[in-house]
Amino acid sequence: MLEDKDRIFTNLYGLHDWGLAGARARGAWDGTKAILEKGRDGIINEVKASGLRGRGGAGFPTGLKWSFMPKQSDGRPHYLVVNADESEPGTCKDREIMRHDPHLLVEGCLIAGFAMGAHTCFIYIRGEFVRERERLQAAVDQAYEANLIGQNNVHGFPFDIIVHHGAGAYICGEETALLESLEGKKGQPRLKPPFPANVGLYGAPTTVNNVESIAVVPDIMRRGAHWFAGIGRPNNTGTKLFCISGHVERPCTVEDAMGVPLRELLDTHCGGVHGGWSNLLAVIPGGSSMPLIPAHQCEHLLMDFDGCREFKSALGTAAVIVMDKSTDIVRAMARISYFYKHESCGQCTPCREGMGWMWRVLTRMAEGRAHKREIDMLMEVTTQIEGHTICAFGDGAAWPVQGLLRHFRGEIERRIDEYSANPHPEPVRVAAE
Amino acid sequence: MAVRRLADPAVQPKSFTFTVENLDWAKGEIAKYPEGRQSSAIIALLWRAQEQAGGWLPQKAIEHAADLLGMPKIRALEVATFYTMFNLAPVGRAHVQLCGTTPCVLRGADKLIKLCHDRIGEPLEVTSDGKLSWIEVECLGACVNAPVAQINYDYYEDLTPETFSEILDDLAAGKPVKPGPQVARQLSAPSGGPTTLTDPALYSRGNGGKPQGSALHDAEAKKPGEPANVRDAATPKPPADDASAKRRP
Repeated sequence: MLEDKDRIFTNLYGLHDWGLAGARARGAWDGTKAILEKGRDGIINEVKASGLRGRGGAGFPTGLKWSFMPKQSDGRPHYLVVNADESEPGTCKDREIMRHDPHLLVEGCLIAGFAMGAHTCFIYIRGEFVRERERLQAAVDQAYEANLIGQNNVHGFPFDIIVHHGAGAYICGEETALLESLEGKKGQPRLKPPFPANVGLYGAPTTVNNVESIAVVPDIMRRGAHWFAGIGRPNNTGTKLFCISGHVERPCTVEDAMGVPLRELLDTHCGGVHGGWSNLLAVIPGGSSMPLIPAHQCEHLLMDFDGCREFKSALGTAAVIVMDKSTDIVRAMARISYFYKHESCGQCTPCREGMGWMWRVLTRMAEGRAHKREIDMLMEVTTQIEGHTICAFGDGAAWPVQGLLRHFRGEIERRIDEYSANPHPEPVRVAAE
Repeated sequence: MAVRRLADPAVQPKSFTFTVENLDWAKGEIAKYPEGRQSSAIIALLWRAQEQAGGWLPQKAIEHAADLLGMPKIRALEVATFYTMFNLAPVGRAHVQLCGTTPCVLRGADKLIKLCHDRIGEPLEVTSDGKLSWIEVECLGACVNAPVAQINYDYYEDLTPETFSEILDDLAAGKPVKPGPQVARQLSAPSGGPTTLTDPALYSRGNGGKPQGSALHDAEAKKPGEPANVRDAATPKPPADDASAKRRP
């Protein structure tokens, strides 16, 4: 298990002062000027050397992403946009950072902004997080008052932070939809290329990073890339906030090392699965967009990017949704399909029409009111949605269904058999909506 | 996708303008964005309009925001109908947004949905006294504290039918309610106490302490010719006042 001294988010549970004085006592804003003196390339190389991969779901190397920004401005400003539109079901890590350790984020914004020559940073918070937004805004105001950021700040790099918020749209977590929303439009993703590093916010070079990716940067710079790279496995380095929800004794958010075995994670921090490990049915390792992993494979699951990929899933946001044997797995997945139906932005036909179609078929399958040939048809439809939409929303909605069909086909067939042998005498249950 | 339409013309007010106070605030919001990019402030303005109109967005309010920003009305209407937190019809004084996504359902959100049906009525239906309304929403992002409901701006976490019912009763009676986890628990920490961050050494540094394992040495941090206080850890500035204090009257 990770030792306390290696944890970055030392006020994760809000037991200490979130304000500037408290954050400083815990090490934030320490030697920030010296960090900036390493220069743009120095910072980017350090972040590259740390092996930090984006914490928002895709796991793209953060240092590499920063290096895509133009080295010299062509007259257009550069923008840093922080994606705090945390809405992936199961995920609630950025919320803790924003309400309890906001200064790590603010400091990280300054360092990241400096590394890409961006003098303006927008932080886009989801609309539901009203209190978190107030807290973050207060932290930004404190930083302005202490002259840590602003036009003539002590660090000698003019830098402004604007806290912006949405109003309830999952799709705004997609980076180009977020930029559209930030420009005051509907949050509908843009075609890529051009990528945001060339044409992003207001047509200017922009980098969009997750809150956690940015908030760990100051500690990486202070403690050194080798420290961060020394935690976890190669290619999967550092610490990570895990959010464990569902059927465990004590659900919680916790910071642990990348590559921690799933079983250790659940047993150490969450008091284990309801009714013991043998009662486990499946877990979703990285937020609802990722395929589920059945219990027999969970035994050896290591919680990092490569570990999850070994079992045809992905780490995503490291939001572990645990389901025990009391779960109606088909219905649980049908509910996730409903989520995607509800949140589709409606721009691409395969997604707009496909989401509702998948949800309706899955709802019938949960009751057994279907034909077995429809299972293959559903699988085929998911592959027709996947990769045929502007953004990755279509993929993220297709994968959980594929995971269900891959691992629980027998369960669906059993229900179909049961239903056809004995049609329901009572009205069928309707899926929650 | 969800079909979202404006409220019936019968309930739409005839006009809407920001109060002087809100207009000042709106101008401050607009000024945050670069010249020519004022429409970025549309979401913030619509939020404030929704607050002023009593929890929902009349058509005139949307058009008023569009006028302030100099954008076509249809663009503002698009935004108002796209984002689901804008209520297009009147809601109760306490508007309950109950999370019904899988992580909450696994922890018993179904029972809460049924409770809302029984206690309040159909989704988006306002109780006759105008105090309560509810809607099932998608993931609120507090899954380790499931099941969760957002009532107006606050989250109520770790709900059971009993505690939730009590909260609804208190809201209907106008009594104060306590947001956050409804069980003995420190926010997102495991119930029974944190399993991590228990090392007191983490918090014994006081102002100016050096973080353990720091990669920066004094020699590295303090540049020749620079005053010593560029390392703000060594001689910290007095902390600024809690800036959040002045935001709340």
